[in-house]
Amino acid sequence: MFNFGQWTAAFNSWLMGLGTPEWLGITIECVLIAVLILLTYTVLALFYILYERKLCAWFQCRLGPMRVGPWGLTQVFADMFKILIKELISLKDTDRFLFKLAPYIVITSSVVMLACLPWGNGLQIINWNIGIFFVLAVSSVGVLGILLAGWASNNKYTLIGAMRSGAQMVSYELSLGLSIITIVVLAGTMNINEIVLEQANGWFIFTGHIPAIIACIIYVIAATAETNRGPFDLPEAEHELTAGYHTEYSGIHFGFFYLAEYLNLFIVSGIASLMFLGGWMPFHIPGWDGFNAVMNWIPSIVWFVGKAFFISFVIIWFKWTFPRVRIDQMLSFEWKYLMPFSLANLLLMTLCVAFGWHF
Amino acid sequence: MSDIKEKISKVCPSATFEEGEILLVNVPEKDWHAFAKQLKENKEFDFDVLSAVVGMDWKETIGVIYYLTSTSHNWNMLSVKVVCENRDDAYIHSVSDLWKVANFQEREVYDFFGIKFINHPDMRRFFLRNDWVGHPLRKDYDADPKLNPIRLDDEINEDDSKMYIEEGGKIVEKDSKVFGADDYVVNIGPQHPSTHGVMRFRTAVDGEEVKKVDVVSGYIHRGIEKLCEDLTYPQTLHFTDRMDYMSAHQNRHCLCMCIEKAMGLEIPRRAEVIRVMMDELMRISSHLLSFGCTAMDLGATTAFFYGFRERELVLDIFEKTCGARMSMNYNVIGGVIADLHPDFVKDVKHLIEIMPERLKEYHKVFSGNLIAKNRLVGVGMLSKENAINYAITGPSGRGSNWSCDCRKKHPYSIYSELDFEEVLLDGCDSYSRYMVRMKEIEQSIKILAQLVDNIPEGDIRAQVPKIIKLPAGRYYQQVEASRGTFGVYIESDGNKNPYRVHFQSPCFNLVGVMDLCCTGNMIADLITIGAALDFVIPDIDR
Amino acid sequence: MKREDFKDNEYIDKLVEELNATGANVMVGKMDELINWGRANSLWPLCFGTSCCAIEFMSLGAARYDMARFGFEVARNSPRQADYIMVQGTIVHRMAPVMRRLYEQVAEPKYVIACGGCAVSGGPFKKSYCVVNGVDEILPVDVYIPGCPPRPEAMFYGLMQLQRKIKVEKFFGGANRKEKIEEFFKEHPEEKGHIG
Repeated sequence: MFNFGQWTAAFNSWLMGLGTPEWLGITIECVLIAVLILLTYTVLALFYILYERKLCAWFQCRLGPMRVGPWGLTQVFADMFKILIKELISLKDTDRFLFKLAPYIVITSSVVMLACLPWGNGLQIINWNIGIFFVLAVSSVGVLGILLAGWASNNKYTLIGAMRSGAQMVSYELSLGLSIITIVVLAGTMNINEIVLEQANGWFIFTGHIPAIIACIIYVIAATAETNRGPFDLPEAEHELTAGYHTEYSGIHFGFFYLAEYLNLFIVSGIASLMFLGGWMPFHIPGWDGFNAVMNWIPSIVWFVGKAFFISFVIIWFKWTFPRVRIDQMLSFEWKYLMPFSLANLLLMTLCVAFGWHF
Repeated sequence: MSDIKEKISKVCPSATFEEGEILLVNVPEKDWHAFAKQLKENKEFDFDVLSAVVGMDWKETIGVIYYLTSTSHNWNMLSVKVVCENRDDAYIHSVSDLWKVANFQEREVYDFFGIKFINHPDMRRFFLRNDWVGHPLRKDYDADPKLNPIRLDDEINEDDSKMYIEEGGKIVEKDSKVFGADDYVVNIGPQHPSTHGVMRFRTAVDGEEVKKVDVVSGYIHRGIEKLCEDLTYPQTLHFTDRMDYMSAHQNRHCLCMCIEKAMGLEIPRRAEVIRVMMDELMRISSHLLSFGCTAMDLGATTAFFYGFRERELVLDIFEKTCGARMSMNYNVIGGVIADLHPDFVKDVKHLIEIMPERLKEYHKVFSGNLIAKNRLVGVGMLSKENAINYAITGPSGRGSNWSCDCRKKHPYSIYSELDFEEVLLDGCDSYSRYMVRMKEIEQSIKILAQLVDNIPEGDIRAQVPKIIKLPAGRYYQQVEASRGTFGVYIESDGNKNPYRVHFQSPCFNLVGVMDLCCTGNMIADLITIGAALDFVIPDIDR
Repeated sequence: MKREDFKDNEYIDKLVEELNATGANVMVGKMDELINWGRANSLWPLCFGTSCCAIEFMSLGAARYDMARFGFEVARNSPRQADYIMVQGTIVHRMAPVMRRLYEQVAEPKYVIACGGCAVSGGPFKKSYCVVNGVDEILPVDVYIPGCPPRPEAMFYGLMQLQRKIKVEKFFGGANRKEKIEEFFKEHPEEKGHIG
């Protein structure tokens, strides 16, 4: 399998070979990576916006964007240009600093998470031994931005939206974390790269069988709630709270929320593919070497992105099928069903691992 | 109830009678409240529904005509006239303690005529701004635009209300507040995606729980009743299409019938059949829209598109025959304006064929879903007693198991010959109201299936004089519109213009139960309840 | 849609002439084109319907007409994020201040479409005591769509006219839209009882 690490190593040695001092070399590399992340971020978010618009049109017997560019492909670029130069309204009687800070917190947390994902073989920006723990920690920062946005806007709708969001994220973080821990128990490591390598002989959803499948289902539900998507889109709840926590934001500040929403969708799908579907690891069946070789031929980045898109498709499917749940129903669903289930599932997985009942 | 006059004379000796299509009882103001109590609570009368409250200005005097219906006595109707001698300082005792529906009705009369209702808990204007000068439906209203220019400043004193109570034989004004000082009031509307138009609910909440809903209406009040007074009868017709645009055919049917009844005009059979078919098509289209909007308000956006997909088929039928997708202006006095399109029968048959399948699909996609059920079942409870007291007719009333279908109770046109069932469900919640609509689509399909092959040949319009003048008198006609009983009241003085036209719209009553249904529920339920009641705002505001 | 495709709108042709009179350099002109392309193709409506026209607007969004094809479907419920207000239905006296405030809440650049007879002129309710005779009494209107209610096709046509209008605008220099709006508001101030 092609290792992208070769490229980066070659670039590094070339840069050092020019005689640049080490500090400068590292700075240049960091800047390059940062630009690359931001670029990926934008392109992915734009793609996701179009992806969802096309998919929902498909569910609703419509065509979706068609006129701007071929098959509406440039529609999202038009939206981006527009939103970039739209007026930023500053409001009376708001907490200016927090109001402006909020969208940046939201977007920063999702950019950092993006950097942790294993894009391909050797294509990972941050890789350390507590990788998945770090991702969970950073994902909780995003909610802070949403709470701040709701609070600083000095608007009753946004406040209600933010409070809902706080309650929702804090609750569903538990199931999310528990289902990830379940897989960590199976993998025996929190290092993202090692988790992927562990799945070389079969993805966790197959090797971990029943507890892994349960964990996957719980994860997808909790992740839908974490990203504020339907049927758990209560913080925005268009038909109740006009636009929820970002009601008062305009222009690019709103754009940040909008992009972060879609990017978070990619990130949770990416993590799902990492934990359950083997990250960038191709589909391997132990013993079928010819088949495995064919699978290896497909680049690892395609595997990863493809899996992430698939999980996103499922989550988008939820949104355009289910009605929205009510806040009390949502919380009781988490605390009465999802969390006990994931705890029991964790126990089951621990037993499986302890007695070697997995493949 | 032939001896009703004697019975009334017994309980209220001061009453006098005027014969007519519906018996009219003249009652002096001082006896009115006691008499009303008798009418409602005495089992011999048992007038439990207040069908309409019509404010009137007879130039010298001013007053109110009440239309009452008794559900236990064969849906008999009675009208009561209460007159105030003093035009400028008119007081009538409120009956909102007996019939809750009178609460908003009396506020409307106060707004239009300036009649103050004694003991009414909340005597604010209903449609017009609280700084409006004058009462527009009075005949002496000064329409000078200088008095009431377009004000671009916000209304103030929204929380201040008034009460008029009797103390020691004198009427005194008392201030009252709509909300307490420490209520957390969230303003929902008038520009809000789920109020189905420009309705405004000022909602006091405690966390997510709704404590009180204050309905602020009038954001689309266009003064149709006043406009009608300056127009000839055929000219008044087009307003009905624009009130409840989802019941355009039924509403117009009602006004035409009322005028035809007054003229003593006989309608050709073909026109009757076409009218009924159009009414039922309109009902299907309206319920489909209601399905779509309920689904969308609950967040199931995709179901909305499915509802609209079938609605387009109905609109195609309308478009081919009437020439418009909405505001069809199809019924005219004496019949209908144009003959059926050659494709009509084919298109209707196609609709009849596919609808049952599609209804199953809707159930699969939306109401069969667990989340949707959890959101609808047990939300917005409205008991049968309350439904009657608040005069909640139509699918919403029938969802509370109140048999109130005007097509069965006061059969009009050819409905008495048709075989269809009145859909009744006893859930009393939003889910029942929703299901009643879905089942009514099936019944409408059944009616269409009976008629589509039996459209008789003949004229589509009766001969009508060029200038239509109605004999002096009062006329009241009801039909079953998509959202409930729609009533038209016409008072004629023999001229070619109506002296007074009043539209008793079903949605007006629907919005009256918002406070009752929402209190104690969540904010999200307010949207659900509103969607399941399915009011159309221009119908409320007129 | 290119402007050259059909020249049936004198108003826009006049606007183009007026704008091109002063001329602009190539860079600025190209930037303008790009920005206008973005703006014209990403018109997000504010959900604002008062009566029948709103139902036709829903039909416009539904599967048969599908305004998503043009990128109009991102209907925003918060005025801050919308690009244009399509006034669908009668505006009455009680609604006028709300309408005005909504307009002020929309972020620049903002456009107003008067859709339907009532919004254009008061329509059948022109003589009523509390109906605003055309929304242009309180807001600067960009496009008028007649009809009662207009068919979805008519609404499309109106929206495309708005697109054309946006495409000839100038972001850098040229006739300033904002000034025109300010001028309008100077003529229609918020003082009590001025308009009417």
